[in-house]
Amino acid sequence: MTLTERLRQRISGAFYSHGLLCASYPIPIILFTALCILACCSPLLKLPLPGTGPVEFSTPLKDYAPPGGQGLQHGEHGERPDWYVGAPVAYIQQIFVKATVSPWQKNLLAVDAVRSPLARVFPLVEEIRNHALRDSSGVRSLEEVCLQVTDLLPGLRKLRNLLPEHGCLLLSPGNFWQNDRERFNADPDIIKTIHQHEPKTLQTSATLKDLLFGLPGRYSGVSLSGRRRVVSYTVTLGLQRYDSRFLSSLRSRLKLLHPSPNCSLREESVVHVHFKEEIGIAELIPLVTTYIILFAYIYFSTRKIDMVKSKWGLALAAVVTVLSSLLMSVGLCTLFGLTPTLNGGEIFPYLVVVIGLENVLVLTKSVVSTPVDLEVKLRIAQGLSNESWSIMKNMATELGIILIGYFTLVPAIQEFCLFAVVGLVSDFFLQMFFFTTVLSIDIRRMELADLNKRLPPESCPARAPCRARALRPAVPPALAPQAVTPHGVGTQPVTPHTITLQPSSLRNLRLPKRLRVIYFFARTRLAQRLIMAGTVIWIGILVYTDPAGLRTYLTSQVTEQSPLGDAGLPAMPVPGGVLPAGDPKLDLSVFPSEPEALSENRTQQREQKARLEPEQQPWGPEGRGNGQLELGTEAQVTWGAEDEEIWRKLSFRHWPALFSYYNITLAKRYISILPAIPVTLYLNPQEALEMRHPQETWRSQPFLDTAPRPERPAPRGHQDVTLYKVAALGLASGIVLVLMLFLLYRVLCPKNYGQNGPGRRRRGDLPCDDYGYSPPETEIVPLVLRGHLMDIECLASDGMLLVSCCLVGQIRVWDAQTGDCLTVIPKPRLRRDSSGIFDYQEGWDPSPDGKNGLEDSFESSHQLKRLLGPPQPALFCDQPDLTSLIDTNFLEHAKAEPEPRLRAVGARRKDSGYDFSSLVGKVYEEHGGSGCRNGTFPGLPAPHGPAGLCGGRAPACGEGEGGCGGDETCAGCDKSSPPPSWGGDLESSIWSLELQGNLIVAGRSNGKLEVWDAIEGTLRSSNDEGQSGITALVFLNNRIVAARLNGSLDFFSLETHTSLNHLQFRGGPGRSSLPPSPELCRGAALRCRLTHSVACAHHKPITALRAAAGRLVTGSQDHTLRVFRLEDSCCLFTLQGHSGAITAVYIDQTMVLASGGQDGAICLWDVLTGSRVSHMFAHRGDVTSLTCTTSCVISSGLDDVISIWDRSSGVKLYSIQQELGCGASLGVISDNLLVTGGQGCVSFWDIGYGDLLQTVYLGKSNESQPARQILVLENAAIVCNFGSELSLVYVPSVLEKLD
Amino acid sequence: MPRLESCAWSCSCTARGRHRTQLGDTAAGLAAKVGEMLSSSVSNPSLALVGRGARSPSTSSASSTASSTSSTLNWSQHLVQRSVVLFVVGAFMALVLNLLQIQRNVTLFPDEVISTLFSSAWWVPPCCGTAAAVVGLLYPCIDSHLGEPHKFKREWASVMRCIAVFVGINHASAKLDFANNIQLSLTLAALSLGLWWTFDRSRSGLGLGITIAFVATLITQFLVYNGVYQYTSPDFLYIRSWLPCIFFSGGVTVGNIGRQLAMGIPEKPHND
Repeated sequence: MTLTERLRQRISGAFYSHGLLCASYPIPIILFTALCILACCSPLLKLPLPGTGPVEFSTPLKDYAPPGGQGLQHGEHGERPDWYVGAPVAYIQQIFVKATVSPWQKNLLAVDAVRSPLARVFPLVEEIRNHALRDSSGVRSLEEVCLQVTDLLPGLRKLRNLLPEHGCLLLSPGNFWQNDRERFNADPDIIKTIHQHEPKTLQTSATLKDLLFGLPGRYSGVSLSGRRRVVSYTVTLGLQRYDSRFLSSLRSRLKLLHPSPNCSLREESVVHVHFKEEIGIAELIPLVTTYIILFAYIYFSTRKIDMVKSKWGLALAAVVTVLSSLLMSVGLCTLFGLTPTLNGGEIFPYLVVVIGLENVLVLTKSVVSTPVDLEVKLRIAQGLSNESWSIMKNMATELGIILIGYFTLVPAIQEFCLFAVVGLVSDFFLQMFFFTTVLSIDIRRMELADLNKRLPPESCPARAPCRARALRPAVPPALAPQAVTPHGVGTQPVTPHTITLQPSSLRNLRLPKRLRVIYFFARTRLAQRLIMAGTVIWIGILVYTDPAGLRTYLTSQVTEQSPLGDAGLPAMPVPGGVLPAGDPKLDLSVFPSEPEALSENRTQQREQKARLEPEQQPWGPEGRGNGQLELGTEAQVTWGAEDEEIWRKLSFRHWPALFSYYNITLAKRYISILPAIPVTLYLNPQEALEMRHPQETWRSQPFLDTAPRPERPAPRGHQDVTLYKVAALGLASGIVLVLMLFLLYRVLCPKNYGQNGPGRRRRGDLPCDDYGYSPPETEIVPLVLRGHLMDIECLASDGMLLVSCCLVGQIRVWDAQTGDCLTVIPKPRLRRDSSGIFDYQEGWDPSPDGKNGLEDSFESSHQLKRLLGPPQPALFCDQPDLTSLIDTNFLEHAKAEPEPRLRAVGARRKDSGYDFSSLVGKVYEEHGGSGCRNGTFPGLPAPHGPAGLCGGRAPACGEGEGGCGGDETCAGCDKSSPPPSWGGDLESSIWSLELQGNLIVAGRSNGKLEVWDAIEGTLRSSNDEGQSGITALVFLNNRIVAARLNGSLDFFSLETHTSLNHLQFRGGPGRSSLPPSPELCRGAALRCRLTHSVACAHHKPITALRAAAGRLVTGSQDHTLRVFRLEDSCCLFTLQGHSGAITAVYIDQTMVLASGGQDGAICLWDVLTGSRVSHMFAHRGDVTSLTCTTSCVISSGLDDVISIWDRSSGVKLYSIQQELGCGASLGVISDNLLVTGGQGCVSFWDIGYGDLLQTVYLGKSNESQPARQILVLENAAIVCNFGSELSLVYVPSVLEKLD
Repeated sequence: MPRLESCAWSCSCTARGRHRTQLGDTAAGLAAKVGEMLSSSVSNPSLALVGRGARSPSTSSASSTASSTSSTLNWSQHLVQRSVVLFVVGAFMALVLNLLQIQRNVTLFPDEVISTLFSSAWWVPPCCGTAAAVVGLLYPCIDSHLGEPHKFKREWASVMRCIAVFVGINHASAKLDFANNIQLSLTLAALSLGLWWTFDRSRSGLGLGITIAFVATLITQFLVYNGVYQYTSPDFLYIRSWLPCIFFSGGVTVGNIGRQLAMGIPEKPHND
């Protein structure tokens, strides 16, 4: 044993035990894996999110200096981001103003809380604008340091008056009024002015209000409903240069003028914000392409996941495995100190592709291909160990390749490789733990589902196995059950589109289109979901945007987190009035260093205070609430932690947007934001009253009288609008709803249901049933043809006539139009004559009557007999044997001397079977003694013989010509007549039947071929040259082809003789339209001559035989098909491609040949060339029936699925899941109408859409009988057999018109 | 288009087609050179794979129409589909990858070109598309000539992976900062060989790839020499030394696509 082999064994053993482990403890393992993933990904939280978001870096304010070109002054180079070089685009200095009217008086209006504080912005701006620092180097004014802006972009004409141009970048709320106090005073509605530039939609980027206020709109407090009555705004100043002395003088000056005693803002650091490059379309295209390729890769990979319960679930698991392994790899790399420098978004697709989904797929495939009868644990373990070696090999190879990449010594590639290696390893880990476990869960679910599906109808499939067994006669019984064992069907391939039959209460509806739409809605609950989502969004928007709602509530909540202690304190002395601003001389006293110290002192005090504050906070809220309610007059401006760096709450596009207005890009550059200067303004109520605009007084006057409380008028004006809005919206939606309901009602129940004619009028009193459905006008009533004693076995039709043959060998000819029984072969009269010899035949007397009379009584008695005991059915069994005996005797004679005898046949049969009596007697004696009565009948499921016999022609079942295979009675029948001396004669039952014109061709189990006249009921010719049973027949023009059980193929030709009897045209309307050659119908002397015999067409029984377009196709159990030319019986092709016996063959005039086999595969062949056009794996288990339309192939299989395939491409369009045991029979009426048989019913389907159009129940008595065969007649009628009955269903033209 | 069609037709029926193709080869030798110049898709280094394909016979088109069975119709229809798909893929990749290189100033087009569609010359995508179609049809053709059908990793997922790696190679060549050109070229050569080894592993693929790389490089040299466009810092005569690697991997990739597309047609089963 070499080293590799040992290694291999070791690995596979390890994988095996690992698989066992995973499948045994799925939940703990998944939890463990999730924990691992989370742990490994946690370092990622520290990383900045990829994207275009800005990056921040802060430096202390103290001795701040703008970084130089090299940026090395500050020592530690590592800390500083590489963009922090050179001067910033601008320094932003904000002066943060909080203003309130205090104490609040009851006679104040809500607007007063906004107007007067805002009015104070004008002197403040004036003050700032005129501030100048005078020191030794001269006088420096703001103009020198500030950022000079030029024109706005031409596209922003609208903002021309609002944003500064050609001067300092100084923004304040005053800009709304062009910094003009008079304009402000004259403005009757300031709030409207402020809000007029707000976008109506949801806000995404910086709005004008945000720009001018310098803080997010909801923090400004500019609204009438605010309870706080504190107005905040900033004056934003853009600076070109950093002049610390100037700025600190400004700071101290402002603080001096407007002290904020309880301000706890830290003013220690400058924050530099770096903006990334905006990604353009051109940059994006390659990126998008790589992602498209990535998705295509994932799609094509996951598409291959098959044979599992939840395809999507596993695909998701696979993707999750790969993605989280990547995240883990990045996380691990960061953990160990490697900072990613590559653009994550760019290399990500490559990483995924390198790591790949292959292993996952291989694992899945290997696991699902393990034997299904094993335990789930063992399956997983086996699947893992099977693939272990190749997985390890692949992994080693990939690692090797990546290691090579590591030695390219290119940093980027090295980094990539590092990520890839870690990703690969973590991917392996996840595959082994996460994916395997998920897979085991999936497999277990699938088996459970299978169990559930297979268990309840345990009684029903009793037939299915039997059928299955019968379908493969040559296979020893030990092999046969393989496909039928519950395990064999364990792995159900996921069909692309499976239609499950609805419960029967719904099935008999022919759904109109509008109902289908409604059902679709109902099924998907589309409407509910849409309405729900819409409502949620609507409510969300309402709550968010409502001025009285969440937004302000949140704002107040946030801003009120402040100490209450102050509330009790007396208000700080407010500097009376406005100091004469703009007097630069006041600054003279302020030394540059002094304000620094002062501010520091204050900071310390504030910090102390801040330390105290938290202790007071817990009992803050209630106290504050009381305080405010009771006092109602004192207001305190508070500065809390949330006011710290208020600009952070702005949209990250705020600054780029502002600068972009002046055509300054911030991409790849940074701005430095200096700490804000807090300014607190307290205003007298008196002042507020003075400031009041006359219009405001008028507007609120009426409310003032009625509303004693001061707050009342405040929300009034605005809330009214909201109320109206809500009301209007509600009303509108209500109207829409009503309209929609009305329309829906109209759609469902058209108003004119009572006016559609007398037939509909009766239904007028119940216009809509539960489904809002009124049944179609024409109900399909099947015509039941009764008369056969036993189950009908063979069925043939030429459009006008219908021939059926039951198990007892009785052939009945029906008129396909009216359903009348025209002929019974052998004639009842005859039978009575011949059988009169025997006593017990008397018991049969009622039977001929019953046959003609369609009596229920007979039927019941018949059923009773079947139930009661075996002897009676045994008689049935014997009955046909007798007739065949008669026939064959004739045949033998006829064969000896064909010409004279033939003519005599009819006459003789009419006389009596005098020469048979002795024979018959013998037969019955022998039978009575041994065969039938001795309980061979009960022993039906005899092991080998019957199965083999039946199976020989079983595949033809459902195609109209072959018998119903595998029926117990049939089998028993064959078995129960063993006497060797009578041999073939007695045995022979009819195995195949064909009808053309008025000639019936019947193939018997003993190899005889008989030609009967359908009208007369006379035997016209017969041939018994072959000994082997005729399993299938083709009767085309004057040619008959018989396929035999031993695999040989006989070509007969019917020859007429010159002897001219009277013409035997059957009176019938459509007679002339029928194709058969006229000479056959004339029917006097017919000779059935064997023209050619292919002795060994197949070396196993021929199971399927079809002819069209001058070609004859045989399908056999030897897995091959053969194509013969009909004229000269020359074999053209042998088609190989199936791996099982052929069970179904279809050929039509367009030379398209379809075949289905026991391997569940369907092959399409080109008959001209003998080439295989396509090959589809269609069913689990045998393909039982196959037919084609011009565009599709329809197949049904033992798995009770009907599949519809696209004929040209071989792609499965959809499949229909049938009830158990009913899936065998189907027929195509037109190109878009499919008929399938079910339990006691037939269903019509729209082929194009796979919709169930209608289900027709065929009487109540045979509810449980499945329709075994369906034969489509030319006049759009279908015939199907249900046990001993035939049902003739006329397909109403409604169905045709429907599409 | 008939030329391509004939090419693949002659390949599809190996026995009959062979002598025709050879005949066509000699006859169309001159026409091929013209074709090379015409389809100067070389602007995009990645997909300029024309040269070899242009040699496919144009003379055998007449004979290919002789048979008119339905399968032939299907076949030719399929062929047109394939070439259209290949063309589209080639043109799209050309656009994208060219964009990548233009962004990094690797290739320089004349100024008037830059302002137009996606800042590359209008003739780039069509030429690359044609080249891709030719190469994509040529690969399965050669396969069937040699009688060794390509069996390795025949699935779309693998093809997608291959494309992704190819784009990655282009990405690397455009965006990575290498110490010197030699290192870049060697790395890319290794990557291209790795691509071939991972996704192809066939002799014919290797041979064809090398041929394509050679011919395409020649054409590029020619184009740059005539001043149609240029490369920044050329180090291999007039072009960058990594260009052949890109051509090679492009050939392998397009060949992979072509083979996968050709797989869509079911092989004829034997009959007797």
